[in-house]
Amino acid sequence: MISKEISIKDGASLNLKGLAVTELGVAKTSLNYALNPDDFFGLNPRMLVKEGDKVSLGQPIFHDKNDESIKIVSPVSGKVIEIVRGAKRKILNIIIKKEGDNSINFKIPSLSKIGKDVILQLLVESGSLAFIRQRPYNIVARPSKLPKSIFVSTHSTAPYAADYDFILRKRLNEFQIGIDMMSRLIDKPINLSISQSCEIENAKLKNVEIYKIKGVHPSGNESFQINRIDPLNSGEIIWVIKPEDLANIGSFFETGVFCPKRTVAVSGDSLRSPKYYDTIIGSSISSLVDSKELSNIKNYRFINGDPLSGSKVEYSGFLGFYNNILSVISEGNQFRMLGWLPFMYNNIPSFSRTSLSWLLGGEKKVNTNLNGEERAIVVTGEMEKYFPMDIFPMQLIKACMRGDIEKMESLGIYEVVPEDFGLVDFSCTSKIEAQEIVKSGIKLMLKEVG
Amino acid sequence: MDFIRKQVDVLKKPFTKGGKLEKLYPAFNAFETMLFVPDHTTSKGSHIRDGVDLKRTMITVIIALVPALFYGMYNTGYQYYIQTDIQFTFIDAVLHGAYKIFPMIAVSYAVGLAIEFAFAVYRNHPVNEGYLVTGLLIPMIMPIDMPLWMLAISVVFAVLIAKEAFGGTGMNILNPALTARAFAFFAYPTFMSGDKVWVSEASNVDGISGETILGTLAANGEVAYSSASMFMGSIPGSVAETSVFFVLIGALLLIVTGVGSWRIMLSGVIGASVVGILFNLWGANSLMSFEWYNHLLVGGFAFGIVFMATDPVSAAQTTKGKWIYGFLVGVFCILIRVFNPAYPEGVMLAILLMNVFAPLIDHYVIESNMSMRRKRWQSIKLQAS
Repeated sequence: MISKEISIKDGASLNLKGLAVTELGVAKTSLNYALNPDDFFGLNPRMLVKEGDKVSLGQPIFHDKNDESIKIVSPVSGKVIEIVRGAKRKILNIIIKKEGDNSINFKIPSLSKIGKDVILQLLVESGSLAFIRQRPYNIVARPSKLPKSIFVSTHSTAPYAADYDFILRKRLNEFQIGIDMMSRLIDKPINLSISQSCEIENAKLKNVEIYKIKGVHPSGNESFQINRIDPLNSGEIIWVIKPEDLANIGSFFETGVFCPKRTVAVSGDSLRSPKYYDTIIGSSISSLVDSKELSNIKNYRFINGDPLSGSKVEYSGFLGFYNNILSVISEGNQFRMLGWLPFMYNNIPSFSRTSLSWLLGGEKKVNTNLNGEERAIVVTGEMEKYFPMDIFPMQLIKACMRGDIEKMESLGIYEVVPEDFGLVDFSCTSKIEAQEIVKSGIKLMLKEVG
Repeated sequence: MDFIRKQVDVLKKPFTKGGKLEKLYPAFNAFETMLFVPDHTTSKGSHIRDGVDLKRTMITVIIALVPALFYGMYNTGYQYYIQTDIQFTFIDAVLHGAYKIFPMIAVSYAVGLAIEFAFAVYRNHPVNEGYLVTGLLIPMIMPIDMPLWMLAISVVFAVLIAKEAFGGTGMNILNPALTARAFAFFAYPTFMSGDKVWVSEASNVDGISGETILGTLAANGEVAYSSASMFMGSIPGSVAETSVFFVLIGALLLIVTGVGSWRIMLSGVIGASVVGILFNLWGANSLMSFEWYNHLLVGGFAFGIVFMATDPVSAAQTTKGKWIYGFLVGVFCILIRVFNPAYPEGVMLAILLMNVFAPLIDHYVIESNMSMRRKRWQSIKLQAS
């Protein structure tokens, strides 16, 4: 199998202390599981079940008001015990108590003869379509239009990134089936990005075009790979699937039952032994992190995803739909005297040479302190260093702030997702909320252009 | 530290929401955040943040200015004492300079920060750190004998017109410090040029005078200083811009820390050198035949290109744009010096001119990126049809 090498320069590696070791721990059984509609960007949920309803594994729980084929199904068999709502009755969590062992089964035709339409129909009916996200905008894939190409990246570079070699090791067969189904759907191989040295390279996968990516974060983000391999143009669609989700899709085509498996890397510098856990989408955080390991749970922040682009979750909350990472970092609500002095407090990671942090090697401890206050954008040329793409990040952010659709479009909004701006957020001297701004820009595009 | 923190918390009470002095919170906040980096945690976007902030960036620039400022104090005293018959030591010279310069710095900060605080309270936004640098730059680029009231008025003009009128820090088109100098230059020309302003006390004591090298050249005079003096800075000039050596120490800090754009500095030097060499070949008058490398050493060129042209807000913002902008600053600096003897120092006007053109340069750089993308879209559409 010949792979093409792609080198993505710029960016930076944060090297945080407390990365999960590739070793599987035994998670406590989670009693309750939850689905959070916020995990699906742009989805407007309409509930299909009520509190007290019994549900089977794979039974639709809600669908998108605008497109009923976008269904989110239950990851377990059980009973809906609570629909948690917030302000304006916004649905925050649908909590399902695990009970029984019922599942919705689909009859799968012989995989060697299965046709495009059947594959698509099965993806829609089973809810497995939710594993696929569509660019532009990173919304759940719409079955109405097939993509020009499909991207899967096992090259993950975010801080606390999960090691997909480890996650997929036992699931290569399912992974291959997933690849086969997807490549049949678009009549061409799917694009698989891998790291410089990895096991997957030797796995003799078929129906894939392999790209070997050389680079630090954010080169693991699909946007930067797509930009180099098959840039997204106005009016085009690309699908992006996380590697484990592709294995889940493969498992569905093998068994006929929706597969909600999730291997999570639980990382954090305060954990006694950060490692991986085999669990299920939506399981409770408390089943993955023992509160006894942490001195006072209030002093920590739990993040579904990596510390740059994940979303905050309470200890009493649940694992997100897509993330293979659960990060635990200290809250940084302390004052620092004269903390703005250059070359002081070098233990705080900083890309800026106004700190000696770059000279000190080793793994770094982090907390959630903002390390300053938000200011007008003054420093220039800083965002570009962490945005290896032919897009001007600062100008795009400003276009998003103005809500200038035409500018956003021609500056490349279709090619980015908020998480691509994770390092921009991190490194910004003026503490500009780049991801938030880009997200609002994308929301506007979705509403006005669609 | 805990003790100080507790005292600050007590003082803070009236300024917080519902307190008597609530409206003055931005002013209090400015002092509080000077003492302590706040305990704010991230609420959206990335959960972890770089240790750098605007305060740290601005303070780095101030540290970079200190060597030039210190030498400026010495040179002020030196220029004064060598024209009197008084025996003097290094300390005497520095003390004389400090005696003259500190009041200028104090006035600049007091007037400028007062306006900044007033606007921050009026607009209810935090005080931006930008003026910490501007406020030090302004006295450093003025003639030493400038009356303090003139300095104050120049500061008012710069902060109100060049900065706040455009929306405050980060929004200005022109570099505020240079705007202050340009204002003084055109409003009080007799205090900003000639041979009676560049040496301390020259305007009061008859026997003391001193023309800048560029002024001498513009009058077709003979330059009495060696390249070494020009490099070290023992020549008459504005307060702290004469020493290329000490400016370069600051430049080194700015480049190593990444706070100042090396691209602008380098392309500026290239631009000035190219034009300087061309004029040397032409050599029609004494300014044209003045060696190109000396052009880089005299006047405010080094100071301007290191500390003023690199101001990220008023410079070009794109990488390509920075190369073009810096190059043109260098080119125009020498052009103005040579072709316009009324303005023997070109760097101030060159940078202000390019400040105005920087958004245009960026516009074309960004436009080319956007048209590249549109072309890609169109070629795809053509293939499809």
